[in-house]
Amino acid sequence: MHDTLVACTALTKRYGSKTALSGVNLELGRGRIVGLLGPNGSGKTTLIKILTGLLQPTEGAVLVDGQGVGPYTKSVISYLPDRMYFADWMKATDLFDLFSDFYRDFDRTRAMSMCASLGVTPSDRLKSMSKGTKEKVQLVLVMARRAQLYLLDEPIAGVDPAARDFILNTILTNYNEEGTVLISTHLISDIEKVLDEVIFLKEGQITLHDTVDSIREREGKSVDALFREVFRAHNVEGGAF
Amino acid sequence: MDWQFTDDRPIWQQITEQLTMGILRGEYPPGERLPGVRELAAQAGVNPNTMQRAMAQLEADGLAAGSRTAGRTVTRDQAVIEAAARARAREAVVRCLRVLEELGYSGEKALVFVKEELDHA
Repeated sequence: MHDTLVACTALTKRYGSKTALSGVNLELGRGRIVGLLGPNGSGKTTLIKILTGLLQPTEGAVLVDGQGVGPYTKSVISYLPDRMYFADWMKATDLFDLFSDFYRDFDRTRAMSMCASLGVTPSDRLKSMSKGTKEKVQLVLVMARRAQLYLLDEPIAGVDPAARDFILNTILTNYNEEGTVLISTHLISDIEKVLDEVIFLKEGQITLHDTVDSIREREGKSVDALFREVFRAHNVEGGAF
Repeated sequence: MDWQFTDDRPIWQQITEQLTMGILRGEYPPGERLPGVRELAAQAGVNPNTMQRAMAQLEADGLAAGSRTAGRTVTRDQAVIEAAARARAREAVVRCLRVLEELGYSGEKALVFVKEELDHA
């Protein structure tokens, strides 16, 4: 087991003439909860998809637990995509069967008890579930694995604030202590308390990677306030809106 | 324990303060076992590492002792608790005097307010 769980070196991703990530260097340790923060289009999802192996970087290298992206890294990564990818005739229990087949580290008993505490009925079809409930099911699938790296792409965007607290609590109490959780979001004030460290991603580059504590100590303000400052939209000159 | 955090300072410092107040108010009496790090973290809705750091500070302050595995207990040393209470009291007075000074009352003038308030009580 390597001390460094994730190591990205000079990572660049271009889509045609558009650069989504540019020269990203990133190291993540173990047992951390990390916020990947940036406005829409800053490259958050691209970075996560490269870590999962769904996208190939244009340049640069990625190591997860010391290995290049491949079958091994996929077996230790639990990924929550930013959109639902299951057929809606399925029940949550069907998905549990699927995950038991695919992932050796999937803990079905834990999945069932997480459903109970989140108020999800696992025998319901996805079709009959609300958007928020579907998101909860997806979160259960992802958090019920004993993975080393959890990649959560916008896990709290679609649910109401009360459910948000509950979901954050589920993440806090269920992640594997040796594992690291990377959460991408732009809803910072809601999740700031649960984060160890944050990464600010701006136009495909990391502009800040530090612990929440030292940001608060140094800046005398919350990460949310700092984020609003750094990413404040500039008015177009002469354009009075 | 009702946890509340402000934006201007690290959360672990605020947790240490609130746990300290909990001990001084007697919510956690001397010799009592404190809840585990993960349990407290879930209660407060914060990261376990943050709670761990707050507990480490509580230990450094002498208010709690023990180990991460066996659990921590509140100190029985009344002198330590007394000293922590005095430190908090002093901070409260300093804060109060600062506000009075901003309002233009300092020295004897500030003391008048304190005496009046005490007489009313």
